[in-house]
Amino acid sequence: MSSGNPLERRPVKLLIVDDSNIVRRRIERSQQFDDLQVVGTAANGLEALELARRTDPDLVTMDLTMPQMDGIECITQLVKLKPAVRILVISALADKATAVEAMERGANGFLNKPFSDRQLNEAITELMY
Amino acid sequence: MLREEELKTFVDGTTRYFEVAAQQPATIGSPYLLEGETAMHDYTGMINVSGKREGVVYFTAPRAMLTVLLMKMQESDFSHESMRDLVGEVANTISGNARRDFGHDFVISVPSVFAGEKPQISQPPGARAFVIPIHWRSHSAKLVVSLT
Repeated sequence: MSSGNPLERRPVKLLIVDDSNIVRRRIERSQQFDDLQVVGTAANGLEALELARRTDPDLVTMDLTMPQMDGIECITQLVKLKPAVRILVISALADKATAVEAMERGANGFLNKPFSDRQLNEAITELMY
Repeated sequence: MLREEELKTFVDGTTRYFEVAAQQPATIGSPYLLEGETAMHDYTGMINVSGKREGVVYFTAPRAMLTVLLMKMQESDFSHESMRDLVGEVANTISGNARRDFGHDFVISVPSVFAGEKPQISQPPGARAFVIPIHWRSHSAKLVVSLT
């Protein structure tokens, strides 16, 4: 996240939301930013909202197809709860209408699965740096 | 009913998954029409499809293949739970990617996962099931697509 003085830069707090453990770990492992701090991981939208209340993330990576509360509903509630949060959707749903809907609800970026490390880091850079 | 040319969507999705997630392309065999029941491997991830189309998409793979796939993904957890997670994620990714061609009304469920048991798969009347053979390194798996 840009700041006038690098010494004043605080960590960017990242919350990872995906119902797959493997994908959550993959995102955590693949991000290459020294100042990104993973403050929590959630397996569905309900867990994500609870964690967002407690950890106040700057950036959320958000899956869409999840049990209990899906990503679209979670985005809708999350932007009311934390209007300044940046949301990067990471989903297998590859149709344009889904991406448009996610953005209309408040997402800031959209990355399709499967994704490479480079694609993930480019998407985060675009949103946060 | 699923047309043979529509299978290309799933063949392409499978190819893309292995190229990107495993960084090593898979060879896709010639799809064939399933008659009777297909042999399941150790782990199966299944997606129910509703909306404009109805049916199921499932990915079934042996444990040995999933172990190597996890290794290629830099994973260090090779537990039963990781295997279940992975087959579900593969099925979810390939099915979700199919919306690029089938559109927003191709509604997919969260994955159901089966391991060491025969999955209860109910195919809608009139659906044709195609098997897409997947060969990766020395292993073989299948993607089965059964849609109205």
